Amino acid sequence: MEIWAGITEAFWLLITLDADLVEITLRSLYVTLTALLIASAIALPLGALLAVRRFRARRLTIAVLNALMGLPPVVVGLIVYVMLSRSGPFGVLGLLFTPTAMIIAQVIIIVPLIVSIAHQALRELWSDYHDLLISMNTTQTQRIQALLWDGRRALLTASLAGFGRAIGEVGAIMVVGGNIDHHTRVLTTAIALETGKGEFALALGLGFVLIAMAIAVNLAIHVISRTERGGRW
Amino acid sequence: MSNLFPVKLEGALVRRAGTTLVGPLNLELQANGVTVVLGPNGAGKTSLLRMMHGIARLGGGRIDWACSPEEARVSQAFVFQQPIMMRRSVLDNIAYPLRLSGLSRVKAKVVAAQAAADVGLGDMLDRPAPFLSGGERQKLALARALVTKPKLLFLDEPCASLDGRATREIEEILNRAAGHGTRLIMSTHDMGQARRLATEVLFLLNGNVYEHSSAEAFFGGASTAKAQAFLNGDIVE
Ligand SMILES: Nc1ncnc2c1ncn2[C@@H]1O[C@H](COP(=O)(O)OP(=O)(O)OP(=O)(O)O)[C@@H](O)[C@H]1O
Ligand SMILES: [Mg+2]
Repeated sequence: MEIWAGITEAFWLLITLDADLVEITLRSLYVTLTALLIASAIALPLGALLAVRRFRARRLTIAVLNALMGLPPVVVGLIVYVMLSRSGPFGVLGLLFTPTAMIIAQVIIIVPLIVSIAHQALRELWSDYHDLLISMNTTQTQRIQALLWDGRRALLTASLAGFGRAIGEVGAIMVVGGNIDHHTRVLTTAIALETGKGEFALALGLGFVLIAMAIAVNLAIHVISRTERGGRW
Repeated sequence: MSNLFPVKLEGALVRRAGTTLVGPLNLELQANGVTVVLGPNGAGKTSLLRMMHGIARLGGGRIDWACSPEEARVSQAFVFQQPIMMRRSVLDNIAYPLRLSGLSRVKAKVVAAQAAADVGLGDMLDRPAPFLSGGERQKLALARALVTKPKLLFLDEPCASLDGRATREIEEILNRAAGHGTRLIMSTHDMGQARRLATEVLFLLNGNVYEHSSAEAFFGGASTAKAQAFLNGDIVE
């Protein structure tokens, strides 16, 4: 019955375009998409660099990345909290309990994931391209560009995995954002709050909105990438 | 005409995992003609071409071009035994080396479209290259290699597993390129093709050059017994 009540609740929240819900949802999107953009800008070229370059610490770097991938988000949140707190090294910036702090935490959480998936995909592409690009006297930057461009579909998948991880994340952003109403409250922290208060129907309703949004973003991105080249590879 | 040649190899060799794949070779190649590299499977044909092109690391000895190694490098192209298709359209594949050399996108596409038409791919410019047939891939690889007008083109069995018609078309393209002054060094298993294209022959066996002679001399009667046996279609080891 609880589920049914949740669905009804979600339905009502949606069709009445509940002002709080819209605000929270938009904030969720803002925080996650910004974090995703920044993380992708860092992680995708890094994944390509790891694929293209053989440096001595390469294996170590990959091992560290894989370890970071399994980092508990709460711990990341804690570290960011300490860094941003008034007595911390970045305390003067006054970022603690702001959406920016949440974005920073999410970037740290998803960069290793995106790098890892991107590296996996691009390593394969690089082994295809290796001889050709070496033969054509490409510079390292040109190689990375070629991989990023021709591997863009696989990279989209990597970014989407990052999105999935970030949109559903609660521990870190709760710690650094503080779940402040009208300021840092997002869907996941709201769900945690409502569940804690025993408002299961509302919590479930928010949960369904979260799922719907995640699906919508995934679909939208796939449709965009499909129309670009007929989705042929 | 071509300032890459003559090229001299002195004791040049390629090693991999402790064994010598090809060499040590002492060899001098002149500026003109089509050099065909012959030899049974595993003789070291691919290794020789890769070594000369500079994509297999020289494990010893030296290769001296008539110009600087950097200059030599940028005036060469290579068509691989398995053509490498970039995951983009036929047109963008051919335009890629032009873009690398700094040509604008628009100009590169115009030149690439012409190059595609030259090899008979003019009506599939927008086709994704990985979806081409074997013969079409070879033609694409050729067009992409020739589009920058290299002074020297390496070809590693460019017609392996192609039918007679595709082979003839590719040979026409090669003849045209040679006519425009591109020096060709190619390996092949097709004796007919070797006879049609070669001006000189390098016969390789077990990583060493057994015979280096003009095409007439080689096909007229090879001077070593092994080469003669190879010509007769016998199995040589
Ligand atoms: N990466 C490698 N590692 C170890 N051995 C190799 C490697 N590449 C080639 N070889 C070996 O070197 C020898 C020469 O190989 P190569 O590819 O040059 O022969 P090929 O004359 O081109 O043969 P084919 O006619 O089959 O193409 C072969 O015995 C091969 O097994
Ligand atoms: Mg070979």
